[in-house]
Formats: sequence, structure tokens, C-alpha cells
Amino acid sequence: MSLPPDPSRIRAALAALVAPEAILAEGAALAAYESDALTAFAAQPAAVVAPRTADEVIAVVRWCHREGVPFVARGSGTSLSGGSLPVAGGVVITLNRLNRILRLDPAERIAVVEPGVVNLAVTQAAQPYGLHYAPDPSSQSVCTIGGNVAFNAGGAHCLKYGMTSNHVLGLKAVLATGEVVEFGGASREQVGPDWTGLFVGNEGLFGIALEVTLQLLPRAECFHTVLAGYATLEQAGDAVAAVVASGLLPGAIEIMEKLALEAATAAVHAEYPPGCEAVLIVELEGPREAVAADRRRLDEILAASRPVEVRPARDAAERLAIWKGRKSAFSAVGRLSPDFIVQDGVVPRRRLGEALRRINAWSRETGVRCANVFHAGDGNLHPLILYDGREPDGLRRAEELAGRILRMCVEMGGSITGEHGVGVEKRDYLPVMFAPEEIHLLQRVRAAFDPAGIANPGKMFPAGGAPALVHPGLHPLERAGVISRS
Amino acid sequence: MSPATLEQLVEAVRAHPRVLAVGAGTKPRPAAAGDGVTPLSLRALRGIVEYEPDEFTFTARAGTPVAELAQVLGERGQYLPFDPPLAAAGATLGGTVAAGLSGPGRWRFGGVRDFILGARLVDGEGRVLRVGGKVVKNAAGFDLPKFLVGSVGRFGILAELTFKVFPRPAARRTLRLEAPDAAAQVRVLQACAGGRWELEALEASVDDPAVFVRIGAGEASLGPLVADLLARVPGRELPAAEAEAVWAGVAGFTWAHAGGALAKVVLTSGQLPAFVAWVRAQEGARAWVGAGGNVGYVSLPAGAILAFSPWPGMLLRGRGPLWLGPRHPAAVMTAVKRALDPSGRFPGLDD
Ligand SMILES: Cc1cc2nc3c(=O)[nH]c(=O)nc-3n(C[C@H](O)[C@H](O)[C@H](O)COP(=O)(O)OP(=O)(O)OC[C@H]3O[C@@H](n4cnc5c(N)ncnc54)[C@H](O)[C@@H]3O)c2cc1C
Repeated sequence: MSLPPDPSRIRAALAALVAPEAILAEGAALAAYESDALTAFAAQPAAVVAPRTADEVIAVVRWCHREGVPFVARGSGTSLSGGSLPVAGGVVITLNRLNRILRLDPAERIAVVEPGVVNLAVTQAAQPYGLHYAPDPSSQSVCTIGGNVAFNAGGAHCLKYGMTSNHVLGLKAVLATGEVVEFGGASREQVGPDWTGLFVGNEGLFGIALEVTLQLLPRAECFHTVLAGYATLEQAGDAVAAVVASGLLPGAIEIMEKLALEAATAAVHAEYPPGCEAVLIVELEGPREAVAADRRRLDEILAASRPVEVRPARDAAERLAIWKGRKSAFSAVGRLSPDFIVQDGVVPRRRLGEALRRINAWSRETGVRCANVFHAGDGNLHPLILYDGREPDGLRRAEELAGRILRMCVEMGGSITGEHGVGVEKRDYLPVMFAPEEIHLLQRVRAAFDPAGIANPGKMFPAGGAPALVHPGLHPLERAGVISRS
Repeated sequence: MSPATLEQLVEAVRAHPRVLAVGAGTKPRPAAAGDGVTPLSLRALRGIVEYEPDEFTFTARAGTPVAELAQVLGERGQYLPFDPPLAAAGATLGGTVAAGLSGPGRWRFGGVRDFILGARLVDGEGRVLRVGGKVVKNAAGFDLPKFLVGSVGRFGILAELTFKVFPRPAARRTLRLEAPDAAAQVRVLQACAGGRWELEALEASVDDPAVFVRIGAGEASLGPLVADLLARVPGRELPAAEAEAVWAGVAGFTWAHAGGALAKVVLTSGQLPAFVAWVRAQEGARAWVGAGGNVGYVSLPAGAILAFSPWPGMLLRGRGPLWLGPRHPAAVMTAVKRALDPSGRFPGLDD
């Protein structure tokens, strides 16, 4: 790829393709687009375009393709892995203005939405019909369906009904080649290779989703939510393994660790049993008869897991309070520290207790603070690693701990990411999980969608062609002068 | 040719310029290799590689019969909730994935695409590659395991597959709900789909119109759930033997013509009347509707050719083109084929 044209020429060319107000002004307005929720990295795009129609998106992508200019699709910029970090000198295509729900069919229980529709807005639109959109990332009040599709986002309630990809029935997209494709459709069944399934989770490397068909589910009739406090984190982890092994199928199983409990208490006045290192949240959902029966079994399992205290939610308000604490914990912990990175590794569920014990020991040993708030039922850890970017080796030490955790996840047979994607942040760990030939396969598939490598380049794949392991110190992109720390 | 190990499989792939993997032959149309293509039986590449009951995941070789898996999982009170079809006829796990077929249980938690976690595949160059992972949640790399569902062996040979499984409901009940014509069936299907009961299966018969539902739950909650549903939609509970016959018929396509053409077509529930009208317009055709009205199966008598469908479809057995109905071909599809199979060792999607 040759060097991108200079920024003013890019802006002038784009101005001919979209309405004038779709090109965001230079200067301060652009600063908001230099990073995503992984704030350690920032880069300056040449232009930020905010198209209002799918046709404008297509025109911009086709221009980028013709000129060899890299582009990054952007939803709300809540990616935690640097997925929506701009490419320096490239174009950011922000999709927030494509925010219409095109069709909501309560009889077929589907919604067709534009990519900039906010996750929670789908459920809000479905609510009058007793329906909801199942995947519920903690960021659901801001993140977009387009971003969810790109990352196959999950959430607290993915244990029973799966992630974004399990709820996307079809989509229309403009690929990096400018080709407009339609995959899947309105049916829950399909024939032929699952192109929709392949597109979901592409991390913005294939192209831009323009229309997404989502399946909606009836809202469960009944919920039973329990909060159990434990003296040790490992006990909470073992309780998860016991619940999973029991054959119950809860809608959610989450763990919050002490630091997160303190943060949630401070942020939203959540209340937790005193003297606990960890709290477990288990939620049963379904028809009232089934929940009543499962509840008795859950009570027995929890009683046997040596909790300090078990607090079932007695009404809808108490249930909401439990979830409010859980969903705010993330950003609340963030406020405890000037900077943090969130890890997203997955371990087999039966080894949760062991994994948590090791993380804690490493955290103590290195003096790097770490708080876990996570989707325990799937074995999906979210250690928030706290650091201060002003300390000379703050980020390096945090990244070192993050690296140890990721390697442990892979050694245990798990994954480096459950739902946040590889992005920039974990791209050097892809080779820990996959052999070079397997990474080359992924790269060939990427090249099939984007032969010129202009859609979100620099993400998912290790830097510099040959798979390389992570090295401490400056990030490879920093060394290349592509990004800098804000 | 019937390799029994991964090494033998790789050798066999490399030894033949044009090959197509076949399983037990329960879906002969996608497995029809065409001229000059060597069929490669995967039936000897079988057996469970790993099964962690506490983890609710397993890895098995592609040739493993799904009936064997059901047996092993069942001993631990677990199951593949999408009810792999044609189990009694010998269907293999690899063939089920390659054909992208799910049975009636797919209604509740999703189909084969929703339970596959990872695969080991042999690509067109004879390389053994892992895609996906072995844990229930994994977002690293593109979701090739899902892509391979329905890929009919045209992009690579599935050697090993990892799935998640669920706890099997302690008990089940089957109801036959009254729905004398297609319009009534749509109403009943949609009422059931939007209800509170969390049905396991929701199907509709075409020849003798009715709606069949299966509910799975703990023994104690089943009675009230069944009573509640029957209070809203007229019908009756089927005795165990009759219920078993219904589901065996659905899973085994025993209602279809022996030696005839059988196709899957993709629908939405509102299209059921049009589907039924289309079926009735064809000489001797029989049909069944599954997944709450999201899939139709149509069967023609022996000798008849199924060459057209108003909806996207796939021929499972009999004569006619593999793909039926409207499609959205795209240049990227050819490009992905080249990425996995640059020398065209496997047939193309349209061969
Ligand atoms: C407080 C907090 C809590 C979170 N909790 C969760 C959680 O529980 N579960 C979870 O999974 N994630 C969670 N996240 C991460 C994040 O919210 C998700 O990854 C989300 O899907 C990103 O959506 P977005 O609209 O912000 O996308 P962005 O961050 O703008 O973009 C994400 C990726 O999607 C691409 N993209 C965006 N739109 C499109 C499109 N239309 N077509 C193609 N590619 C596109 C971008 O290029 C980028 O690679 C959390 C983040 C925060 C800050």
C-alpha cells in the first residue's frame, strides 16, 4: 500500500461524496475520535465522516478502496481492545447517524436495524411486545449494534442464549472492496455456508455492516436473582463450577471481586454482605414453574458452597439494584485509578477457582492492583488491571501482568478473548493461541474480503507480517510512529 | 478410501487432486461428488477425543455417529439441544455440520451453528488447521467454525469438531395442537413462539395439518406448563409412544418418500400458507414445517425432479440442483473459496 494522500486532499475528496455536514470539522471535534475505551493508544485520522445514509457509507468506502486509503468503522468507540482506534492519516467512518430501526416485526420476532442503533434501543423498541434483544453488554446504553456485530459482543446474560452472533440472522454490508453483500435473512434457518456467522466478529476487518437483522426473544416470565458473598475469591469460583456442573442452566452467573464491590458501593450505593472478598450473582430465568423448581436446587448448591451470606432479591427493585451494581462496577473501578486495562481471557469453567488464585498471587507479587468483575458462568475473566500512566513503567508492568494472564488462559485450554476482540491490544497474543499456519489462514480469509488491507488495518494480526510475541516497552505501533499515548 | 487417522486423512487429501468428504450417506445430494472427484469416506475417522462433562463441552472426530454421541452425553444427563437429524440412519457429526442440519430441538436454544465451538480442518492444500476454540466463549480470530456449518465440504474437510452441550431436561411432554389449516397454523405457531413456556420444539405438519410442541423441564413443572398451554390453545397431550413416533418421524424424515427428492427450504412463519400452497401444487408432494415456521422440508415421489423453490433451499436427496431458490452470489464468496482451497481440490459450491 502506498502512502495515504494528505489530509486536506482526503477531506476535499470526501466532501464531494457526502453532505457537507457529514465531514466533521478539524481540531477539537476530532480529538474525541483519536481513541476508543482503551485510552492508552491514540492516533490522528485525516478525516472523520459521519454519513447519514447507507449510500454515503458505500460511496466513502468505494473511494477509500480506489485511493488505497485506510478506514476504520466506528460506532460509539467503547471498544476495550483498541478496535476503533483510528489509523493515522486514514478515514474514520462513524455510524452513529445511521440509527434507525428499519423494521420491527413482533409476529416473526425480528428487528432490522441500521448499524448505529444503540444496543439498548432495540430492547426498548421491542418491550411493548413483550420481547427483548438478548445480548446485553454492560455498555449497552451506549454501544451500537454495528460495534456489537464487529466484536461479537457478549454480556451478562449470554450463558443461556449466546452472544451477538447467536442473534444475528442476516446482514447487509459494504465490503472493503466496495462490493455490497447480503448474507442470511429474516429466517432463523439458512442453507449454504454461514456467511453471516463469518461476518460477525470480523473486528471491522471485512467492511461495514449497513443493516442487521436481529432475532428477538420473549422476555422471560420470571427471574430469581441471588447474590452470595464469599470469604475468598476462589470459593466463589468453585461455587460457579458447582452451579455449572449441577445441570442448572441459569441466565447469568457473574462474579465481582472486593475492589469492584467497593467501587460499586461508592458509585451507585450498592450494598454487599460485609467481610466478603467476592460476590457471586446467579440469575435463573424462565417460566415461573421451572424457576421455582430450579430455585430449590440452586439454594442447596449455594448452601453447600460455604458462603458468608446469601441474599436473594425479594422483588424487582432488589433485582435491578443487583444488576445496577454489577453493570456499573466496570466504570466504577476505572475511577479508582488514573488508567486501567481490561483483560478478557477465557478459562475452562471448572478451573476458574485456580485461575483466580493465580491472578491474585501475581497481582500481590508484582504490586499491580487488579480487580475482577466478570462473566463467570462462561469462564470469561475481566481482570481490570490498574496503573498510572504517569509512572515511567506503569503501563509496562500492567501489560506484563495482562500477558501472564492471557498465557495462563491459553495454557488452560481457553482463549485470549471472550467478547472484547483482539483489536490492537491483544494482537501480539494471537500467536500464543494459533499456529503460524492458522494465522495465515485467517489472513487469507481477511484478504478475500479486503485484498488491499484498508479496513481497520493494524488490528487482530500481529505486527509486521510474521507472527511475533509481545515485547515489553514501547508498543510496536508506537515505535512505528503510528500511535502515541494520550 | 476410508482414513482412520488424521495422518491418513491428510495423506488421502494430498494424494487426490479432487476429493469430497462424505459421511454416512444420509444426505446424498450434497455428498454427490461429481465426475472426476474422489469420494473420501470419513466414517472410520470416529470417536470422542475429549469429553469434560463438568465443562459441558466435547471434541469428537468428524465420522462419529451422532447417535453414539447422544448415548455418551445422555449417560451424563447432557445433550446436543439441536437434535441432530437422521441419527437413527447413522448420520455423522461432520455430515451434520457440513449439511447445516438441525432437528426440532433447535427451536429453543438455536441450531448446529449455535453450539459449534471449534474445528480441526484439512484445507485444500492438505494442511491441518484449528479454527475457533474449545471453551464456550471465544472471540479470537474469525468465526470459521460457524462458517463451516452448511459449507457442504466445499471449503475443507472437517476432521474434528468441538461443541458445547447443555443439561438435558429431566422430562418431556408432547402436545398436538389444533390448527386445521395453514392460516391457523401460523396463528398457533406465533402464539406459541411468543409465549412464556420456553418450548423445546415447535413444528407443523402439512399433510394432516396440526402443530406439534415439545416441552422439556423438571417433572414437577411440566404438568402446570402443559395445562396452561392447553388452556390457551386447544389440543391434547400425546401418550409417550405416540410422541416418540412423532419425533422419530421428524428427526428421521420417515414421512418423506423413500427414494424420492427431499429438500430443505428457508422460511419465516408468515410464509407458511404460501409454502403449503406451493407444496399442494406439486404432484404427490409431502411436507413438514420445523423451527416455529422457519424451515420447511418438502419431499417428492421417486423419479420426480425438484428443480425450483420460491425460497432459498437445498436438496438433501434425489435429483436436481443442490441449491434452490433465490441466492445472493457475491465475488467475495469465490475469494473465500480460494483462500481455503486455492487449487480447487474440493468441488465448488455450484458443482
Ligand atoms: C464500560 C464498558 C463496559 C463494557 N462491557 C462489555 C460487555 O459486557 N460485553 C462486551 O462484549 N463488551 C463490552 N464492552 C466493550 C464494547 O462496549 C463492545 O465491544 C461494543 O460492541 C463496542 O461497540 P461500539 O459501538 O462502541 O463500537 P466501537 O468501539 O466504535 O467499534 C468496535 C469495533 O467495531 C467496528 N465497527 C463499528 N461499527 C461497525 C460497523 N457498522 N460495521 C463494521 N464494523 C464496525 C470498529 O471498527 C471496531 O473495530 C464494554 C465497554 C465499556 C467501555
